[in-house]
Amino acid sequence: MKADPSGVLVGTHFIDGDHAACEGALAAGCRFVAGYPITPSTEVVERFAARIPLVGGVFIQLEDEIASSIAIQGAVWGGKKVMTVTSGPGLSLMMEHIGLAAITECPCVFVDVQRGGPSTGLPTLPAQADMMQVKWGSHGDYEPIALSPNSPQECFDLMIKAFNLAEMYRVPVFFMMDEVVGHMTERVVIPPADQIEVVERRWTAKKPAEYRPYETNGNMVPDMVKAGDGYRIHITGLTHDERGYPSMTPATQDKLVRRLLNKIRLNADKLLDVREEHTEDADVTVISFGITSRVATAAVDDARAQGLKVGHARLVITWPFPAARIAALAERTKVFLVPELNMGQMVQEVERAVAGRAKVVSIPHAGGTVHEPETILAKIMEAAR
Amino acid sequence: MSKIDIRVGGLGGQGVILCASIIGKAAAIHDNKHATLIQSFGPEARGSACSAQVMIDDHPIGYPYVKSLDVLVVMSRDAYKQFVTQLKPGGILLYEEELVTPGAMPPGVSAYAIPATRFAEQLGRRLVLNIVMVGFFAGVTGLLSEQAVEKAVLSSVPKGTEDLNLRAYRKGFEYGREQVESRRLESAANGQTQQSFAI
Repeated sequence: MKADPSGVLVGTHFIDGDHAACEGALAAGCRFVAGYPITPSTEVVERFAARIPLVGGVFIQLEDEIASSIAIQGAVWGGKKVMTVTSGPGLSLMMEHIGLAAITECPCVFVDVQRGGPSTGLPTLPAQADMMQVKWGSHGDYEPIALSPNSPQECFDLMIKAFNLAEMYRVPVFFMMDEVVGHMTERVVIPPADQIEVVERRWTAKKPAEYRPYETNGNMVPDMVKAGDGYRIHITGLTHDERGYPSMTPATQDKLVRRLLNKIRLNADKLLDVREEHTEDADVTVISFGITSRVATAAVDDARAQGLKVGHARLVITWPFPAARIAALAERTKVFLVPELNMGQMVQEVERAVAGRAKVVSIPHAGGTVHEPETILAKIMEAAR
Repeated sequence: MSKIDIRVGGLGGQGVILCASIIGKAAAIHDNKHATLIQSFGPEARGSACSAQVMIDDHPIGYPYVKSLDVLVVMSRDAYKQFVTQLKPGGILLYEEELVTPGAMPPGVSAYAIPATRFAEQLGRRLVLNIVMVGFFAGVTGLLSEQAVEKAVLSSVPKGTEDLNLRAYRKGFEYGREQVESRRLESAANGQTQQSFAI
């Protein structure tokens, strides 16, 4: 389906990643945002608050991130596409409700413009240190989706993808920006609405008497209904059966949790978005995501200019982790280098995928700025020796 | 064109970010180049140190920070002191002459001065000092097409102020052109070839 033109600000703009992310959400059909402002994400909601009266929808600034992360889920059951926007400290507060979104299969987008942590950390400076938090932060077993844009243009483009994936899989989708991408201003081209594909919510075709909220019809993702359409539904954070009613038995728990995991795990091939350059002949492969991928590109280009066989695999979808693709790259590559603006998070996933078939080297950075291209280049030279 | 690294520095409230943004916008939207702008500012809304870096290139920009500058535009003494050492030898310094007194500079730097605040006041509002500086940048460096910068100015200023801002832009642009021209004549008279910019 094509985007609703009312939300699409067609044209060529010179805007930052935060503003572009907001426009991506509007183009994707997001019509409800609840948030509590926090640097470096505030501009996303600031723009949404200014734009949404013209488009038709709701922005609420709530008392905190706990309220914001539950208000959006209410709006989902009212039929809206939703997001909330925050940074590390706010994301920490949202954890319980992220679990609720996972178990109730509530399609929603959480934007995390990452800054240095732990705690208040570096409010105005970048990090990529929330990567494991969005994977594991809420208790229990679930599989989220996460995307890592590296430019304002991608903040627009990938935000549409984030909303589409939320609808397709009914999971919380994390949009993992960072302070640099959020506050960096570049050209952003917004195409006309008829060139933007959006995935609409899959409403049930069943009559109210036949509808069971968590019945899956074989595709692992149940159809939805919304309040006011005459369906009686029960939505709970307790383990529930296909009717949506609590059923706290090991058998129901097993069936539900397996499905929550498998709807992502068994679709991992469809959720693969790794952008590769020169990996076909690479002895050394740099694996990166988000802003670090731009620094890595500079280093890889330098190394190739010096005749080194270096490749670059950039993770655009970071969760689910593209383990099968990395394992395939390990057939050829002798050394993987993993620069990231944290002290070594995604490198653990690379190590798991590579499983000893190649050397894996972490290039950690505590955040506050990005890597120097020279740092990555030096590691490439060392690995290529 | 190889990559051009620019920094605009001044005080919060002078319109430093908008000045840099118009330069980037002119390049990225109207001159069909790639431009990346990154800003930094203190917690205060007015009066704190404020600067923005703009990179312009024919190719997509990877590493997003400037390390050494081809052009430095300064509207405060602090910004001058903080950033002048980042200028490349042979780079260009553009400064607000009543707010900045330049001292030692890297070798071969061409410095150009403008009483931008005074010009802005004469035009009717001191607020447009940043647009005078945009014009001065365009006039001296010749890095962007005149039309591109004019379009970027017009689409960046509040409705109803277009005429004032356009006059501010042109004032700075012409003043910049005149200075470049008089230096060219001066060096020709001295039998020197015109110093070409490092950029």
